[in-house]
Amino acid sequence: MAFNSLADFLTMGTHGAFVWSTYGLVLLILASLILNTVQGRRKVIRQLKKRYLRESDS
Amino acid sequence: MNWIWFHKLGSPKWFYQWSSKWALPVFSMGLLAMLVGVGWGLGFAPTDYQQGDTYRIIYLHVPAAVLAESCYLSLGVAGFVYLVWQMKMAPIFIKSMAPIGAAMAAIALLSGAIWGKPTWGTWWVWDARLTSVLVLFLLYMGIIALQNTLEDAALANQATAIVSVLGLINLPIIKYSVNWWNTLHQPASFSLTEKPAMPMEMWLPLLIAVIGFYCLVVGLVMWRMQSEILLRERRTQWVKEKVMNHGV
Repeated sequence: MAFNSLADFLTMGTHGAFVWSTYGLVLLILASLILNTVQGRRKVIRQLKKRYLRESDS
Repeated sequence: MNWIWFHKLGSPKWFYQWSSKWALPVFSMGLLAMLVGVGWGLGFAPTDYQQGDTYRIIYLHVPAAVLAESCYLSLGVAGFVYLVWQMKMAPIFIKSMAPIGAAMAAIALLSGAIWGKPTWGTWWVWDARLTSVLVLFLLYMGIIALQNTLEDAALANQATAIVSVLGLINLPIIKYSVNWWNTLHQPASFSLTEKPAMPMEMWLPLLIAVIGFYCLVVGLVMWRMQSEILLRERRTQWVKEKVMNHGV
Protein backbone atom coordinates (compact mmCIF):
# COMPACT_ATOMS: atom_id res chain seq x y z
CA MET A 1 0.00 0.00 0.00
CA ALA A 2 1.32 3.43 -0.90
CA PHE A 3 -0.43 5.00 2.09
CA ASN A 4 0.39 4.85 5.79
CA SER A 5 -3.16 5.04 7.04
CA LEU A 6 -6.75 4.92 5.90
CA ALA A 7 -7.02 8.66 6.53
CA ASP A 8 -4.10 9.28 4.17
CA PHE A 9 -5.78 7.11 1.55
CA LEU A 10 -9.06 8.99 1.87
CA THR A 11 -7.52 12.44 1.66
CA MET A 12 -5.07 11.43 -1.13
CA GLY A 13 -2.49 13.74 0.37
CA THR A 14 -4.36 16.99 -0.17
CA HIS A 15 -6.77 16.67 -3.08
CA GLY A 16 -8.93 13.75 -2.00
CA ALA A 17 -12.14 15.49 -3.06
CA PHE A 18 -10.86 15.81 -6.64
CA VAL A 19 -9.60 12.23 -6.90
CA TRP A 20 -12.66 10.63 -5.34
CA SER A 21 -15.19 12.72 -7.24
CA THR A 22 -13.48 11.63 -10.48
CA TYR A 23 -13.72 7.99 -9.47
CA GLY A 24 -17.40 8.41 -8.49
CA LEU A 25 -18.28 10.19 -11.72
CA VAL A 26 -16.57 7.57 -13.88
CA LEU A 27 -18.27 4.77 -11.98
CA LEU A 28 -21.60 6.47 -12.64
CA ILE A 29 -20.94 6.91 -16.38
CA LEU A 30 -19.68 3.34 -16.87
CA ALA A 31 -22.55 1.86 -14.84
CA SER A 32 -25.11 3.80 -16.93
CA LEU A 33 -23.44 2.64 -20.14
CA ILE A 34 -23.55 -1.00 -19.06
CA LEU A 35 -27.13 -0.70 -17.81
CA ASN A 36 -28.20 1.03 -21.03
CA THR A 37 -26.65 -1.81 -23.07
CA VAL A 38 -28.38 -4.55 -21.10
CA GLN A 39 -31.75 -2.76 -21.02
CA GLY A 40 -31.55 -1.95 -24.74
CA ARG A 41 -31.17 -5.63 -25.50
CA ARG A 42 -34.11 -6.59 -23.28
CA LYS A 43 -36.27 -3.91 -24.88
CA VAL A 44 -35.51 -5.10 -28.42
CA ILE A 45 -36.34 -8.70 -27.56
CA ARG A 46 -39.57 -7.69 -25.81
CA GLN A 47 -40.69 -5.49 -28.73
CA LEU A 48 -39.92 -8.10 -31.36
CA LYS A 49 -41.67 -10.82 -29.40
CA LYS A 50 -44.80 -8.71 -29.17
CA ARG A 51 -44.62 -7.99 -32.88
CA TYR A 52 -44.22 -11.66 -33.85
CA LEU A 53 -47.12 -12.67 -31.61
CA ARG A 54 -49.33 -10.00 -33.18
CA GLU A 55 -48.38 -11.15 -36.67
CA SER A 56 -49.16 -14.76 -35.92
CA ASP A 57 -52.59 -13.76 -34.55
CA SER A 58 -53.70 -11.95 -37.68
CA MET B 1 -4.87 -13.95 -49.07
CA ASN B 2 -7.88 -15.62 -47.62
CA TRP B 3 -10.88 -13.28 -47.50
CA ILE B 4 -13.42 -15.70 -46.03
CA TRP B 5 -13.29 -13.98 -42.62
CA PHE B 6 -14.26 -10.72 -44.27
CA HIS B 7 -17.35 -12.28 -45.85
CA LYS B 8 -18.27 -14.02 -42.63
CA LEU B 9 -17.96 -10.77 -40.71
CA GLY B 10 -20.39 -9.28 -43.21
CA SER B 11 -23.06 -11.79 -42.20
CA PRO B 12 -25.22 -10.60 -39.29
CA LYS B 13 -26.25 -14.13 -38.43
CA TRP B 14 -22.67 -15.38 -38.31
CA PHE B 15 -21.59 -12.39 -36.23
CA TYR B 16 -24.49 -12.85 -33.82
CA GLN B 17 -23.54 -16.46 -33.15
CA TRP B 18 -19.83 -15.77 -32.94
CA SER B 19 -20.24 -12.79 -30.59
CA SER B 20 -22.64 -14.74 -28.37
CA LYS B 21 -19.68 -16.91 -27.45
CA TRP B 22 -17.21 -14.07 -26.87
CA ALA B 23 -19.08 -11.07 -25.48
CA LEU B 24 -19.40 -12.23 -21.86
CA PRO B 25 -15.85 -13.62 -21.43
CA VAL B 26 -14.28 -10.53 -22.99
CA PHE B 27 -16.47 -8.18 -20.94
CA SER B 28 -15.69 -10.03 -17.69
CA MET B 29 -11.98 -10.02 -18.49
CA GLY B 30 -12.26 -6.28 -19.03
CA LEU B 31 -13.99 -5.65 -15.71
CA LEU B 32 -11.40 -7.75 -13.91
CA ALA B 33 -8.43 -6.03 -15.57
CA MET B 34 -9.98 -2.61 -14.87
CA LEU B 35 -10.46 -3.49 -11.22
CA VAL B 36 -6.87 -4.73 -10.91
CA GLY B 37 -5.29 -1.88 -12.87
CA VAL B 38 -7.34 0.93 -11.34
CA GLY B 39 -7.22 -0.52 -7.81
CA TRP B 40 -3.49 -0.99 -8.05
CA GLY B 41 -3.05 2.54 -9.35
CA LEU B 42 -5.30 4.00 -6.69
CA GLY B 43 -3.84 2.28 -3.66
CA PHE B 44 -0.45 0.74 -4.42
CA ALA B 45 1.39 2.64 -7.15
CA PRO B 46 3.99 5.04 -5.73
CA THR B 47 3.15 8.68 -5.01
CA ASP B 48 4.27 11.15 -7.68
CA TYR B 49 7.11 13.39 -6.54
CA GLN B 50 5.55 16.49 -8.11
CA GLN B 51 1.80 15.98 -8.05
CA GLY B 52 1.52 13.85 -4.93
CA ASP B 53 -1.48 11.54 -5.00
CA THR B 54 -3.63 13.75 -7.22
CA TYR B 55 -1.95 12.12 -10.22
CA ARG B 56 -3.94 8.93 -9.49
CA ILE B 57 -6.70 10.36 -11.67
CA ILE B 58 -4.45 9.21 -14.54
CA TYR B 59 -5.67 5.61 -14.12
CA LEU B 60 -9.08 6.65 -15.42
CA HIS B 61 -8.14 9.65 -17.55
CA VAL B 62 -5.59 8.03 -19.84
CA PRO B 63 -7.47 4.75 -20.54
CA ALA B 64 -10.66 6.71 -21.35
CA ALA B 65 -8.77 9.12 -23.60
CA VAL B 66 -7.00 6.25 -25.41
CA LEU B 67 -10.34 4.50 -25.93
CA ALA B 68 -12.11 7.67 -27.07
CA GLU B 69 -9.58 7.92 -29.89
CA SER B 70 -9.46 4.18 -30.71
CA CYS B 71 -13.24 3.98 -30.83
CA TYR B 72 -13.31 6.85 -33.29
CA LEU B 73 -10.63 5.25 -35.45
CA SER B 74 -12.80 2.12 -35.62
CA LEU B 75 -15.82 4.27 -36.59
CA GLY B 76 -13.80 5.83 -39.41
CA VAL B 77 -12.70 2.42 -40.70
CA ALA B 78 -16.29 1.13 -40.52
CA GLY B 79 -17.53 4.25 -42.33
CA PHE B 80 -14.98 3.67 -45.08
CA VAL B 81 -15.93 -0.02 -45.37
CA TYR B 82 -19.58 0.99 -45.71
CA LEU B 83 -18.99 3.68 -48.30
CA VAL B 84 -16.81 1.40 -50.45
CA TRP B 85 -18.42 -2.04 -50.05
CA GLN B 86 -21.86 -1.22 -48.61
CA MET B 87 -21.23 -3.88 -45.98
CA LYS B 88 -24.37 -4.33 -43.88
CA MET B 89 -22.50 -4.79 -40.61
CA ALA B 90 -20.65 -1.46 -40.84
CA PRO B 91 -23.56 0.86 -39.94
CA ILE B 92 -24.60 -1.59 -37.23
CA PHE B 93 -21.12 -1.22 -35.79
CA ILE B 94 -21.14 2.59 -36.10
CA LYS B 95 -24.50 2.87 -34.35
CA SER B 96 -23.38 0.56 -31.53
CA MET B 97 -19.97 2.13 -31.02
CA ALA B 98 -20.91 5.83 -31.10
CA PRO B 99 -22.50 5.98 -27.60
CA ILE B 100 -19.55 4.05 -26.12
CA GLY B 101 -17.08 6.43 -27.71
CA ALA B 102 -19.12 9.39 -26.47
CA ALA B 103 -18.97 8.00 -22.92
CA MET B 104 -15.19 7.55 -23.17
CA ALA B 105 -14.70 11.09 -24.48
CA ALA B 106 -16.96 12.42 -21.70
CA ILE B 107 -14.89 10.58 -19.08
CA ALA B 108 -11.65 11.92 -20.57
CA LEU B 109 -13.00 15.50 -20.55
CA LEU B 110 -14.57 15.40 -17.08
CA SER B 111 -11.66 13.62 -15.38
CA GLY B 112 -9.31 16.04 -17.13
CA ALA B 113 -11.26 19.04 -15.85
CA ILE B 114 -11.27 17.75 -12.28
CA TRP B 115 -7.58 16.99 -12.55
CA GLY B 116 -6.86 20.39 -14.08
CA LYS B 117 -8.35 22.38 -11.22
CA PRO B 118 -5.82 21.43 -8.49
CA THR B 119 -2.83 21.06 -10.85
CA TRP B 120 -3.24 23.90 -13.38
CA GLY B 121 -5.57 26.06 -11.32
CA THR B 122 -8.36 25.92 -13.88
CA TRP B 123 -11.10 23.51 -14.95
CA TRP B 124 -10.83 24.37 -18.60
CA VAL B 125 -8.71 26.25 -21.13
CA TRP B 126 -9.43 26.62 -24.83
CA ASP B 127 -6.15 25.13 -25.93
CA ALA B 128 -5.48 22.68 -28.75
CA ARG B 129 -5.62 19.41 -26.84
CA LEU B 130 -8.72 20.13 -24.78
CA THR B 131 -10.60 21.70 -27.68
CA SER B 132 -9.81 18.88 -30.12
CA VAL B 133 -11.05 16.30 -27.60
CA LEU B 134 -14.22 18.36 -27.13
CA VAL B 135 -14.62 18.25 -30.93
CA LEU B 136 -14.22 14.46 -30.74
CA PHE B 137 -17.04 14.30 -28.19
CA LEU B 138 -19.22 16.52 -30.39
CA LEU B 139 -18.53 14.28 -33.42
CA TYR B 140 -19.82 11.30 -31.44
CA MET B 141 -22.88 13.28 -30.38
CA GLY B 142 -23.44 14.38 -33.98
CA ILE B 143 -23.41 10.78 -35.19
CA ILE B 144 -25.87 9.77 -32.46
CA ALA B 145 -28.12 12.73 -33.34
CA LEU B 146 -28.09 11.81 -37.04
CA GLN B 147 -29.16 8.28 -36.20
CA ASN B 148 -31.97 9.52 -34.00
CA THR B 149 -33.33 12.10 -36.43
CA LEU B 150 -32.96 10.48 -39.86
CA GLU B 151 -35.88 8.10 -40.19
CA ASP B 152 -34.80 6.67 -43.51
CA ALA B 153 -32.38 3.87 -42.54
CA ALA B 154 -30.40 3.97 -45.80
CA LEU B 155 -29.90 7.71 -45.47
CA ALA B 156 -28.89 7.40 -41.80
CA ASN B 157 -26.33 4.70 -42.70
CA GLN B 158 -24.87 6.86 -45.45
CA ALA B 159 -24.78 10.08 -43.43
CA THR B 160 -23.18 8.56 -40.32
CA ALA B 161 -20.61 6.74 -42.45
CA ILE B 162 -19.63 10.02 -44.13
CA VAL B 163 -19.34 11.89 -40.82
CA SER B 164 -17.31 9.01 -39.34
CA VAL B 165 -14.80 9.16 -42.17
CA LEU B 166 -14.57 12.96 -42.26
CA GLY B 167 -14.04 13.13 -38.50
CA LEU B 168 -10.86 11.05 -38.81
CA ILE B 169 -9.02 14.28 -39.61
CA ASN B 170 -9.46 15.21 -35.93
CA LEU B 171 -7.42 12.22 -34.67
CA PRO B 172 -3.93 13.38 -35.78
CA ILE B 173 -4.87 16.84 -34.50
CA ILE B 174 -5.57 15.39 -31.03
CA LYS B 175 -2.42 13.30 -31.09
CA TYR B 176 -0.02 16.03 -32.17
CA SER B 177 -1.83 18.95 -30.51
CA VAL B 178 0.53 18.75 -27.53
CA ASN B 179 3.56 18.99 -29.82
CA TRP B 180 2.32 21.50 -32.41
CA TRP B 181 0.90 24.16 -30.13
CA ASN B 182 1.72 25.58 -26.75
CA THR B 183 -0.59 23.92 -24.31
CA LEU B 184 -1.06 23.31 -20.62
CA HIS B 185 -1.48 19.63 -21.36
CA GLN B 186 1.66 17.58 -21.00
CA PRO B 187 2.93 15.41 -23.89
CA ALA B 188 1.98 11.74 -23.95
CA SER B 189 3.08 9.96 -20.80
CA PHE B 190 1.84 6.56 -21.91
CA SER B 191 3.31 4.81 -24.91
CA LEU B 192 3.84 1.23 -25.99
CA THR B 193 6.54 2.00 -28.53
CA GLU B 194 8.79 4.30 -26.53
CA LYS B 195 10.31 4.10 -23.13
CA PRO B 196 7.57 5.24 -20.74
CA ALA B 197 7.97 8.63 -19.08
CA MET B 198 7.14 7.15 -15.70
CA PRO B 199 8.54 4.39 -13.47
CA MET B 200 7.47 0.82 -14.10
CA GLU B 201 5.39 0.66 -10.89
CA MET B 202 3.22 3.48 -12.19
CA TRP B 203 3.15 2.36 -15.83
CA LEU B 204 2.21 -1.29 -15.36
CA PRO B 205 -1.11 -0.68 -13.56
CA LEU B 206 -1.90 1.93 -16.22
CA LEU B 207 -1.24 -0.62 -18.96
CA ILE B 208 -3.55 -3.13 -17.23
CA ALA B 209 -6.26 -0.47 -16.87
CA VAL B 210 -5.97 0.40 -20.59
CA ILE B 211 -6.30 -3.29 -21.54
CA GLY B 212 -9.29 -3.54 -19.19
CA PHE B 213 -11.02 -0.56 -20.82
CA TYR B 214 -10.38 -2.07 -24.26
CA CYS B 215 -11.93 -5.43 -23.32
CA LEU B 216 -14.90 -3.75 -21.62
CA VAL B 217 -15.60 -1.70 -24.75
CA VAL B 218 -15.29 -4.74 -27.05
CA GLY B 219 -17.73 -6.74 -24.89
CA LEU B 220 -20.20 -3.84 -24.75
CA VAL B 221 -20.07 -3.16 -28.48
CA MET B 222 -20.75 -6.85 -29.21
CA TRP B 223 -23.90 -6.75 -27.07
CA ARG B 224 -25.10 -3.50 -28.60
CA MET B 225 -24.48 -4.87 -32.10
CA GLN B 226 -26.49 -7.97 -31.25
CA SER B 227 -29.50 -5.83 -30.27
CA GLU B 228 -29.16 -3.84 -33.48
CA ILE B 229 -28.85 -7.02 -35.57
CA LEU B 230 -32.04 -8.45 -34.06
CA LEU B 231 -33.86 -5.21 -34.85
CA ARG B 232 -32.61 -4.84 -38.42
CA GLU B 233 -32.93 -8.52 -39.35
CA ARG B 234 -36.34 -8.94 -37.69
CA ARG B 235 -37.92 -10.26 -40.89
CA THR B 236 -35.60 -13.26 -41.09
CA GLN B 237 -36.54 -16.65 -39.79
CA TRP B 238 -33.46 -17.11 -37.60
CA VAL B 239 -34.13 -13.89 -35.67
CA LYS B 240 -37.75 -14.85 -35.16
CA GLU B 241 -36.72 -18.23 -33.76
CA LYS B 242 -34.05 -16.67 -31.57
CA VAL B 243 -36.45 -14.11 -30.10
CA MET B 244 -39.32 -16.53 -29.58
CA ASN B 245 -37.04 -19.01 -27.81
CA HIS B 246 -35.68 -16.28 -25.55
CA GLY B 247 -37.14 -16.19 -22.07
CA VAL B 248 -37.81 -12.49 -21.56
